[in-house]
Amino acid sequence: MDDKSGVINLEYEVIRYDFSKAGQASSEIKKVLKQLGINSNIVRKVAIATYEAEMNIAIHSLGGRIIVTITESNINISALDYGPGIENIKLAMEEGFSTAPNNIRELGFGAGMGLPNMKRCSDVFEICSKKNKGTKVDMKISLN
Amino acid sequence: MQISKIIEKLNLEIIAGYDKTKEDNKAEGVFICDLLSLVMAKSRSLDIWITIQTHVNVIAVASLMELSAIIIAEDMEIDEDTIVKADEVNVPLFKSKLSAYELASKLSELGV
Repeated sequence: MDDKSGVINLEYEVIRYDFSKAGQASSEIKKVLKQLGINSNIVRKVAIATYEAEMNIAIHSLGGRIIVTITESNINISALDYGPGIENIKLAMEEGFSTAPNNIRELGFGAGMGLPNMKRCSDVFEICSKKNKGTKVDMKISLN
Repeated sequence: MQISKIIEKLNLEIIAGYDKTKEDNKAEGVFICDLLSLVMAKSRSLDIWITIQTHVNVIAVASLMELSAIIIAEDMEIDEDTIVKADEVNVPLFKSKLSAYELASKLSELGV
Protein backbone atom coordinates (compact mmCIF):
# COMPACT_ATOMS: atom_id res chain seq x y z
CA MET A 1 0.00 0.00 0.00
CA ASP A 2 1.21 3.45 -0.90
CA ASP A 3 -0.10 6.48 0.93
CA LYS A 4 0.94 9.86 -0.44
CA SER A 5 -1.15 13.01 -0.20
CA GLY A 6 -4.24 11.04 0.86
CA VAL A 7 -4.22 8.73 -2.16
CA ILE A 8 -4.04 5.00 -1.56
CA ASN A 9 -2.91 2.61 -4.27
CA LEU A 10 -3.47 -1.13 -4.15
CA GLU A 11 -2.29 -3.60 -6.76
CA TYR A 12 -2.86 -7.33 -7.11
CA GLU A 13 -1.67 -9.91 -9.60
CA VAL A 14 -4.32 -12.40 -10.75
CA ILE A 15 -3.08 -15.75 -12.04
CA ARG A 16 -4.89 -17.67 -14.76
CA TYR A 17 -7.02 -20.59 -13.50
CA ASP A 18 -5.83 -20.09 -9.92
CA PHE A 19 -9.19 -20.62 -8.25
CA SER A 20 -7.66 -21.40 -4.88
CA LYS A 21 -6.54 -17.76 -4.66
CA ALA A 22 -9.43 -16.29 -6.62
CA GLY A 23 -11.35 -13.89 -4.44
CA GLN A 24 -8.25 -13.00 -2.45
CA ALA A 25 -7.61 -9.63 -4.10
CA SER A 26 -11.22 -8.54 -3.66
CA SER A 27 -11.20 -9.73 -0.04
CA GLU A 28 -8.07 -7.71 0.71
CA ILE A 29 -9.45 -4.62 -1.04
CA LYS A 30 -12.67 -4.94 0.98
CA LYS A 31 -10.66 -5.19 4.20
CA VAL A 32 -8.77 -1.97 3.42
CA LEU A 33 -11.99 -0.09 2.61
CA LYS A 34 -13.59 -1.23 5.85
CA GLN A 35 -10.52 -0.12 7.79
CA LEU A 36 -10.87 3.29 6.16
CA GLY A 37 -14.43 3.46 7.44
CA ILE A 38 -15.99 3.70 3.99
CA ASN A 39 -19.79 3.38 3.78
CA SER A 40 -20.89 -0.25 3.61
CA ASN A 41 -22.97 0.23 0.44
CA ILE A 42 -19.90 1.50 -1.36
CA VAL A 43 -17.75 -1.30 0.08
CA ARG A 44 -20.31 -3.76 -1.28
CA LYS A 45 -20.20 -2.22 -4.76
CA VAL A 46 -16.40 -2.32 -4.82
CA ALA A 47 -16.42 -5.91 -3.53
CA ILE A 48 -18.73 -7.01 -6.36
CA ALA A 49 -16.83 -5.08 -9.03
CA THR A 50 -13.40 -6.33 -7.96
CA TYR A 51 -14.55 -9.93 -7.40
CA GLU A 52 -16.11 -10.15 -10.87
CA ALA A 53 -13.01 -8.55 -12.39
CA GLU A 54 -10.80 -11.01 -10.55
CA MET A 55 -12.84 -13.99 -11.68
CA ASN A 56 -12.97 -12.74 -15.27
CA ILE A 57 -9.19 -12.45 -15.35
CA ALA A 58 -8.72 -15.91 -13.76
CA ILE A 59 -11.23 -17.64 -16.04
CA HIS A 60 -10.98 -15.87 -19.38
CA SER A 61 -7.51 -14.36 -19.66
CA LEU A 62 -3.88 -15.36 -19.59
CA GLY A 63 -3.57 -13.50 -16.28
CA GLY A 64 -3.62 -9.88 -15.29
CA ARG A 65 -3.75 -7.25 -12.60
CA ILE A 66 -6.24 -5.32 -10.54
CA ILE A 67 -5.28 -1.81 -9.53
CA VAL A 68 -7.34 0.19 -7.07
CA THR A 69 -6.80 3.86 -6.35
CA ILE A 70 -8.67 5.46 -3.49
CA THR A 71 -8.86 9.24 -3.49
CA GLU A 72 -10.90 11.60 -1.34
CA SER A 73 -13.81 11.53 -3.78
CA ASN A 74 -13.58 8.26 -5.73
CA ILE A 75 -12.50 4.68 -5.84
CA ASN A 76 -10.97 3.88 -9.20
CA ILE A 77 -10.59 0.25 -10.23
CA SER A 78 -8.63 -0.89 -13.25
CA ALA A 79 -8.68 -4.53 -14.28
CA LEU A 80 -6.27 -5.34 -17.06
CA ASP A 81 -5.12 -8.59 -18.57
CA TYR A 82 -2.48 -9.91 -20.94
CA GLY A 83 -4.92 -11.28 -23.51
CA PRO A 84 -6.41 -12.80 -25.54
CA GLY A 85 -8.92 -9.94 -25.80
CA ILE A 86 -12.69 -9.92 -26.29
CA GLU A 87 -13.97 -10.48 -29.81
CA ASN A 88 -17.35 -8.80 -29.42
CA ILE A 89 -17.64 -6.40 -26.46
CA LYS A 90 -21.32 -5.64 -27.12
CA LEU A 91 -22.15 -9.34 -26.84
CA ALA A 92 -19.92 -9.78 -23.77
CA MET A 93 -21.81 -6.98 -22.03
CA GLU A 94 -25.14 -8.75 -22.54
CA GLU A 95 -26.50 -10.39 -19.41
CA GLY A 96 -26.46 -14.17 -19.84
CA PHE A 97 -23.86 -14.28 -22.61
CA SER A 98 -20.81 -16.32 -21.63
CA THR A 99 -17.90 -18.03 -23.31
CA ALA A 100 -17.01 -20.05 -20.19
CA PRO A 101 -16.39 -23.75 -20.92
CA ASN A 102 -18.51 -26.46 -19.27
CA ASN A 103 -15.94 -27.42 -16.62
CA ILE A 104 -15.96 -23.80 -15.40
CA ARG A 105 -19.77 -23.56 -15.52
CA GLU A 106 -20.03 -26.64 -13.33
CA LEU A 107 -18.31 -24.63 -10.60
CA GLY A 108 -21.04 -22.01 -10.72
CA PHE A 109 -19.23 -19.52 -12.95
CA GLY A 110 -20.17 -18.52 -16.48
CA ALA A 111 -23.57 -17.05 -15.67
CA GLY A 112 -22.80 -14.27 -18.12
CA MET A 113 -23.24 -11.68 -15.40
CA GLY A 114 -19.68 -10.67 -14.61
CA LEU A 115 -19.37 -7.59 -16.80
CA PRO A 116 -23.02 -6.50 -16.28
CA ASN A 117 -22.52 -6.80 -12.49
CA MET A 118 -19.36 -4.68 -12.75
CA LYS A 119 -21.16 -2.04 -14.80
CA ARG A 120 -24.12 -1.93 -12.43
CA CYS A 121 -21.85 -1.28 -9.45
CA SER A 122 -19.89 1.51 -11.16
CA ASP A 123 -20.71 5.18 -11.62
CA VAL A 124 -18.40 5.24 -14.63
CA PHE A 125 -17.59 2.07 -16.58
CA GLU A 126 -15.28 1.79 -19.57
CA ILE A 127 -14.04 -1.29 -21.34
CA CYS A 128 -11.59 -1.54 -24.18
CA SER A 129 -10.20 -4.69 -25.69
CA LYS A 130 -7.97 -5.65 -28.56
CA LYS A 131 -7.96 -9.12 -30.04
CA ASN A 132 -4.69 -10.93 -29.27
CA LYS A 133 -3.62 -8.06 -27.01
CA GLY A 134 -5.73 -7.72 -23.88
CA THR A 135 -8.64 -6.14 -22.12
CA LYS A 136 -8.80 -3.18 -19.78
CA VAL A 137 -11.81 -2.32 -17.67
CA ASP A 138 -11.91 0.98 -15.82
CA MET A 139 -14.49 1.59 -13.15
CA LYS A 140 -15.11 4.61 -10.99
CA ILE A 141 -17.22 4.47 -7.86
CA SER A 142 -18.00 7.81 -6.26
CA LEU A 143 -17.55 8.20 -2.51
CA ASN A 144 -20.11 10.98 -2.32
CA MET B 1 -33.06 -15.44 13.82
CA GLN B 2 -30.13 -16.86 15.74
CA ILE B 3 -27.99 -19.27 13.74
CA SER B 4 -27.84 -21.62 16.74
CA LYS B 5 -31.61 -22.06 16.58
CA ILE B 6 -31.50 -22.74 12.83
CA ILE B 7 -28.80 -25.40 13.33
CA GLU B 8 -30.95 -27.08 15.95
CA LYS B 9 -34.29 -26.91 14.13
CA LEU B 10 -32.90 -27.98 10.75
CA ASN B 11 -30.55 -30.52 12.30
CA LEU B 12 -27.60 -29.11 10.35
CA GLU B 13 -24.18 -30.71 10.40
CA ILE B 14 -21.58 -28.12 11.43
CA ILE B 15 -18.65 -28.32 9.02
CA ALA B 16 -16.51 -25.22 9.65
CA GLY B 17 -16.29 -21.52 10.40
CA TYR B 18 -18.92 -21.49 13.13
CA ASP B 19 -18.21 -20.06 16.54
CA LYS B 20 -21.16 -20.85 18.79
CA THR B 21 -19.94 -18.47 21.47
CA LYS B 22 -20.49 -15.54 19.12
CA GLU B 23 -23.92 -14.22 20.07
CA ASP B 24 -24.44 -11.99 17.07
CA ASN B 25 -24.65 -14.94 14.66
CA LYS B 26 -27.98 -14.41 12.96
CA ALA B 27 -29.77 -14.83 9.64
CA GLU B 28 -32.29 -12.38 8.25
CA GLY B 29 -33.18 -13.94 4.93
CA VAL B 30 -32.60 -16.87 2.59
CA PHE B 31 -31.01 -17.00 -0.86
CA ILE B 32 -30.92 -20.15 -2.98
CA CYS B 33 -28.62 -20.23 -6.00
CA ASP B 34 -25.77 -22.17 -7.58
CA LEU B 35 -24.54 -19.40 -9.88
CA LEU B 36 -21.95 -17.31 -8.08
CA SER B 37 -22.48 -14.10 -10.07
CA LEU B 38 -26.18 -14.19 -9.31
CA VAL B 39 -25.40 -14.51 -5.61
CA MET B 40 -23.07 -11.51 -5.98
CA ALA B 41 -25.80 -9.53 -7.73
CA LYS B 42 -28.89 -10.43 -5.75
CA SER B 43 -28.11 -11.67 -2.25
CA ARG B 44 -28.43 -9.37 0.77
CA SER B 45 -26.10 -9.28 3.73
CA LEU B 46 -27.11 -11.67 6.52
CA ASP B 47 -28.90 -13.96 4.07
CA ILE B 48 -28.37 -17.63 4.69
CA TRP B 49 -27.22 -19.15 1.38
CA ILE B 50 -28.38 -22.60 0.28
CA THR B 51 -26.36 -24.15 -2.54
CA ILE B 52 -24.91 -27.37 -3.90
CA GLN B 53 -21.66 -25.65 -4.97
CA THR B 54 -18.88 -26.83 -2.69
CA HIS B 55 -15.60 -25.50 -4.07
CA VAL B 56 -13.51 -22.88 -2.30
CA ASN B 57 -14.91 -19.89 -4.15
CA VAL B 58 -18.26 -20.10 -2.34
CA ILE B 59 -16.45 -18.99 0.80
CA ALA B 60 -15.06 -15.89 -0.95
CA VAL B 61 -18.55 -15.03 -2.21
CA ALA B 62 -20.18 -15.48 1.20
CA SER B 63 -17.46 -13.47 2.90
CA LEU B 64 -17.56 -10.61 0.38
CA MET B 65 -21.36 -10.38 0.54
CA GLU B 66 -21.38 -10.77 4.34
CA LEU B 67 -23.84 -13.65 4.22
CA SER B 68 -24.71 -15.19 7.56
CA ALA B 69 -23.95 -18.80 6.65
CA ILE B 70 -23.80 -21.36 3.85
CA ILE B 71 -25.88 -24.52 3.91
CA ILE B 72 -24.72 -27.20 1.48
CA ALA B 73 -27.83 -29.12 0.46
CA GLU B 74 -28.29 -32.70 -0.75
CA ASP B 75 -25.39 -33.99 1.35
CA MET B 76 -22.91 -32.92 -1.34
CA GLU B 77 -19.27 -33.68 -0.64
CA ILE B 78 -17.32 -30.56 0.34
CA ASP B 79 -13.77 -29.85 -0.91
CA GLU B 80 -11.13 -29.87 1.83
CA ASP B 81 -9.78 -26.41 0.89
CA THR B 82 -13.33 -25.03 1.19
CA ILE B 83 -13.47 -26.25 4.80
CA VAL B 84 -10.04 -24.79 5.58
CA LYS B 85 -11.00 -21.43 4.05
CA ALA B 86 -14.32 -21.28 5.92
CA ASP B 87 -12.44 -21.67 9.20
CA GLU B 88 -9.84 -19.12 8.14
CA VAL B 89 -12.33 -16.34 7.32
CA ASN B 90 -15.06 -17.39 9.79
CA VAL B 91 -17.83 -18.15 7.33
CA PRO B 92 -20.22 -20.63 9.00
CA LEU B 93 -20.49 -23.68 6.74
CA PHE B 94 -23.18 -26.29 7.35
CA LYS B 95 -24.39 -29.36 5.56
CA SER B 96 -27.72 -31.16 5.26
CA LYS B 97 -29.16 -34.25 3.59
CA LEU B 98 -32.27 -32.22 2.74
CA SER B 99 -32.91 -30.56 -0.63
CA ALA B 100 -32.76 -26.78 -1.08
CA TYR B 101 -36.56 -26.76 -1.23
CA GLU B 102 -36.95 -28.71 2.01
CA LEU B 103 -34.42 -26.50 3.79
CA ALA B 104 -36.12 -23.33 2.56
CA SER B 105 -39.55 -24.63 3.62
CA LYS B 106 -38.28 -25.29 7.12
CA LEU B 107 -36.64 -21.85 7.30
CA SER B 108 -39.89 -20.29 6.14
CA GLU B 109 -41.79 -22.15 8.88
CA LEU B 110 -39.32 -20.72 11.38
CA GLY B 111 -40.11 -17.24 10.10
CA VAL B 112 -36.74 -16.50 8.44
